[in-house]
Amino acid sequence: MSVKTPSKLEKIMAAGHFGVTSECGPPRGCNPEVIPHKAGFIKDYVDAINVTDNQTAMTRMCSLAACIKLKLMGVEPVLQMVCRDRNRIALQSDILGAAAFGINNMLCLSGDHQSFGDCRQGQNVYDIDSMQLLQTVRLMRDEGKFLGGGDLDGRPRMFVGAAENPFADPFEIRVPRLAKKIAAGAEFIQTQCIYNLDKFELWVKQARERGLTEKVYIMAGVTPMKSVGMAKYMKNRVPGMDVPDELIKRMSGVAKEKQAGEGVKICIETIQRLKEVPGVKGFHIMAIEWEEKVPEIVKGAGLYPRPVVD
Amino acid sequence: MIVAEQKKLEEIVGQIQDFNKILLVGCNECVTVCEAGGKKEVGILASALRMYFLNHGKEMTIDEVTLERQCDHEYLEEIRDMQDKYDAVLSLACGVGVQFMAEKYHDKPVYPGVNTCFLGATEERGLWTERCQACGSCILAYTGGICPVSRCAKRLMNGPCGGSTNGKCEISKETDCAWQLIVNRLKALGRMDDYEKLMPLKDWSTDRAGGPRKVVKEDVQL
Repeated sequence: MSVKTPSKLEKIMAAGHFGVTSECGPPRGCNPEVIPHKAGFIKDYVDAINVTDNQTAMTRMCSLAACIKLKLMGVEPVLQMVCRDRNRIALQSDILGAAAFGINNMLCLSGDHQSFGDCRQGQNVYDIDSMQLLQTVRLMRDEGKFLGGGDLDGRPRMFVGAAENPFADPFEIRVPRLAKKIAAGAEFIQTQCIYNLDKFELWVKQARERGLTEKVYIMAGVTPMKSVGMAKYMKNRVPGMDVPDELIKRMSGVAKEKQAGEGVKICIETIQRLKEVPGVKGFHIMAIEWEEKVPEIVKGAGLYPRPVVD
Repeated sequence: MIVAEQKKLEEIVGQIQDFNKILLVGCNECVTVCEAGGKKEVGILASALRMYFLNHGKEMTIDEVTLERQCDHEYLEEIRDMQDKYDAVLSLACGVGVQFMAEKYHDKPVYPGVNTCFLGATEERGLWTERCQACGSCILAYTGGICPVSRCAKRLMNGPCGGSTNGKCEISKETDCAWQLIVNRLKALGRMDDYEKLMPLKDWSTDRAGGPRKVVKEDVQL
């Protein structure tokens, strides 16, 4: 896959290295220190940092502003954009704004339904869906066109990504859905948190058999568990999450004060196993409100130091 | 059909309590089928309101009539003389009927007795579920006859979101995932290849987004 954008993340994976990303959730307020503080822990251990877009539909500082904060501190952001809150005018407009600040990575998402968040009575937009958002960015980047047909004055040079959940239902369309996202323009994929490794490996194998792993960089998503309580919560309460019972058993088998350490250990073991899976090109480490653990995970998994590219 | 459900008695009372003579008007169409505003519901609501006002020591006349339709000039005309004798009309028709009534009897206060909910079907007695949002450009041909606009909480056009679990939607275990239904149906039709066809951006100008809509069929106009 040839390099098409100035994205560092793209260059690193194109050069054959594992890409490593992590994420920062913007604050529930306008405190300008939160993002730099979180990013400070991880910036030297990852290639780019995703900034979530009002995740779980809880209103937060906007992803674009937080990405600009990162950019200003010399960190490469991945702008997450959901289709829940903005129509096609606003989405295109934000893409241009991001590009104007040198943001070169975007992740196109549907977004969690607003009923999970703090504005349950609000409308959702869903003017377009995440696949159509992928098409939109690619149209703007590759053709230099707006959706309305007009010409752009300067193309947004975005490395375009999508999310994929190998564990959601119906399972038989998980690979066709990946194919569809690639056809829509996805160049990298960040997956849902992986705990059921066998199922994930089956999904990658099927993707490989269709030649999809040659067309897209699959970044395996991992999230360290802080406690057995978190593991149970993820299993029972988070839609589309597949947490095997053995994992809960393993977490319950260690003393409470050692569970966090065990969670980190599991996370490192997961990455080490998945590094061997052909078709896995990187890792997306989502240490939710636990950013300070990212360096330990990256080092433990043998992904440090990060490669340097032009 | 249009599915509606009756408003709570307290809300209805709040709308009409300052009047003395109310004409309660039912409709024989959709709201009869969904048991929200037909002749039977008019009778029950009228009795409940009479009892309420009697208990609260207020003189209130509530008379009943049920029209064939409230979304049609012809039937609304039937109460032209009658409505004059009342302070206000309480309509148990859908929002269309209520508005048509208000347009026709311009100086008569008209109040809604039901909440108009959606376009749906009777799944079983006492259970109505949504099937259509009247987007104005039907895509059922491409989705196996199951509508993602009305049945997916995110109206996704190209497949399920990551929240689809065991055939259910992320918003509720009671709600079917529309895309699970679509995939099941495409499988049954031997058309799974269709799933991978990208659905283009939808033209919402025929939907609410395009402003108030109208359908004109010139060949039948008088």
